[in-house]
Amino acid sequence: MPAMKRCLMTTIADQAAPPIAGAQGAVAAEAAARPAARATAISLPAVGERELRLDLFRGLALWLIFVDHLPTSVLTWFTLRNYGFSDATEIFIFISGYTAAFVYGRAMLESGFVVATARILRRAWQIYVAHVFLFTIFLAEISYVATRFENPLYSEEMGIMDFLKQPDVTIVQALLLRFRPVNMDVLPLYIVLMASLPLILLLMRWKPDVTLGLSALLYAVTWEYDLYFSAYPNGVWAFNPLAWQLLFVFGAWCALGGARRMSRILSSPITLWICIAYLFAAFCVTLTWYFPQLGHVVPRRIEQWMYPIDKTDLDVLRFAHFLALAAVTVRFLPKDWPGLQSRWLKPMILCGQHSLEIFCLGVFLAFAGHFILAEVSGGAALHALISVSGVLIMCGMAWVISWYKRVADKSAARKAGGGNADMAGGG
Amino acid sequence: MKSGIVLGLVWLVAVSAAVSARADDASQAAPQGTSQGTAQDASQDAHKVCDVPSSLLTTDSQLTKVADAVKAGRPLDILVVGSRSSTIPGSEASAYPARLQAMLREALAPVTVNISLEIQPKKTAEEIAGNLVKLVEAKKPTLVIWQTGTVDALKSIDPDEFRNAIDEGVVALQNAGTDVILMNPQYSPRTEMMTSVPPYADTMRMVAQQHDIPLFDRFAIMHQWNDQGDFDLFSASPGNELAKRVHDCLGQALSKFVIDAAHLGQAQQN
Repeated sequence: MPAMKRCLMTTIADQAAPPIAGAQGAVAAEAAARPAARATAISLPAVGERELRLDLFRGLALWLIFVDHLPTSVLTWFTLRNYGFSDATEIFIFISGYTAAFVYGRAMLESGFVVATARILRRAWQIYVAHVFLFTIFLAEISYVATRFENPLYSEEMGIMDFLKQPDVTIVQALLLRFRPVNMDVLPLYIVLMASLPLILLLMRWKPDVTLGLSALLYAVTWEYDLYFSAYPNGVWAFNPLAWQLLFVFGAWCALGGARRMSRILSSPITLWICIAYLFAAFCVTLTWYFPQLGHVVPRRIEQWMYPIDKTDLDVLRFAHFLALAAVTVRFLPKDWPGLQSRWLKPMILCGQHSLEIFCLGVFLAFAGHFILAEVSGGAALHALISVSGVLIMCGMAWVISWYKRVADKSAARKAGGGNADMAGGG
Repeated sequence: MKSGIVLGLVWLVAVSAAVSARADDASQAAPQGTSQGTAQDASQDAHKVCDVPSSLLTTDSQLTKVADAVKAGRPLDILVVGSRSSTIPGSEASAYPARLQAMLREALAPVTVNISLEIQPKKTAEEIAGNLVKLVEAKKPTLVIWQTGTVDALKSIDPDEFRNAIDEGVVALQNAGTDVILMNPQYSPRTEMMTSVPPYADTMRMVAQQHDIPLFDRFAIMHQWNDQGDFDLFSASPGNELAKRVHDCLGQALSKFVIDAAHLGQAQQN
């Protein structure tokens, strides 16, 4: 990323004196420019100051991840992965990196490295507990399925239940994050990324661009030497943290001033056209996956160079696709877009604001959805109904959580007169 | 305002899906209703139930050795190398390899068609790939149908390793002078939340494309059947009957696929 010479943003360390302005990204810096906001920014930022676009797209990512976790149905056709290389996971990890750096970067300036680290690790612990909770539900569900499933057609596929014969090993491996059933890959990745956040922030405080460079270097080394996290009983982590950290660190870098420094590149029409051309090309390639008769559209040589598009190690094509998508989105959806205040988008934004809870709920609902589909053969109608009601439940839950937090905050403010910085984004 | 329209569209799609699902149910009910009719009716209905979109049964890759053998009137020896999903426990004769043999014999008569079956349960693609040449030397088939991927998906073998194994196996078979068809795993909705099969099915598609060999997309075909309501693959304990019907349809689809890939369609009419 060519560093812009006229870098308005000095490094965070220089900004230690006025604690608010330094750590906040392009977004908050703009907000802080307004005197009124500056006065209140030390305590809890008001809801209006949040970067609603982040919440919106994280909410969208959560919905898409939920729909993708269900067996394919009509709604699956609305998910991103059918129209290009990248999918909702990229959005989720990038925005998580962005908000985590945003929240904890400020905490690091306000309360120092040790306290911020403690808070980050507490957050990582919460995610870990959530993961173990989901695993318990999963275990209960598949044990139930296993004891009732007797289909000669699938006698081979039933081999997956073998691990139930050794519950001791399986459970310990799950606690070590090495045994991860399908659909439970994102949280372990998130835990590892959060646990390394103190180091990332420390480096960012020193030199953001060098940190991003190191992250890219680690990514390259991972590809070159084929580094991975091993899983149990064999295989590797479905999302390799050593590769996916690039997206997380990039999100953090954008939050800590990178986004603003890139604004000139982002607003250039050349960038826009390159992005649109790439997105279109990716769309065409994706079409050939679903309509094999179009296969000859893609020249064989390009095909051989391109495939496989590796999700485990965050293929460069996927990363580029995400960047192009983000660039186009930022361009056409300004931060003060009135639609962000619209009633219709509110549910999505609320979901994005409580990502951990809603993510876990989504995984749970996907399990439940599988279960219902298995027990009641209702066909496509039931399937669509489950997807839609799942999303509605997620929205309802997000609404309840916000309501509760609002009430709890009010009473806490009355008692202590202080805010809880955790509210600022939830990481 | 715009988002309201989008929401409306989503509902429209959901409703139309519901309607089409009901239509599916109706068409599924029909064959059951007529199953008490004559045997011929039943078999015609069976053909309808086995319907597969032609894009899944046609391929640009060719089976030249099969074509040569059939045109020269030589016997056609086919070797199916597979795991347990190539059999039905206790009903070998109803599994797809046996059905394929029966259907090819009928379609290609007077050519002799012999299918031999090599089941290697619980072995990964890598373990089988090293063994393929020996199998081919022993049986000298014209065509090898290599069904694999399920065990690898169950053991979540590293996708790169899986890819290399398939690659190696295909090259070995081609060097040994046989035609090759790859067959990917079954679609199994009930275990979908425990095993991630699609990446393995996709990898096999890619390797097939690379080597210009036909891939029998069992995963997509069974998925289609389940979606259309031809078979309720979700069913927890349907007994042997479902497995037999599915394998019969697989045999039928596979025989069409072989005939198409070897361009024997016209020869058959002559």
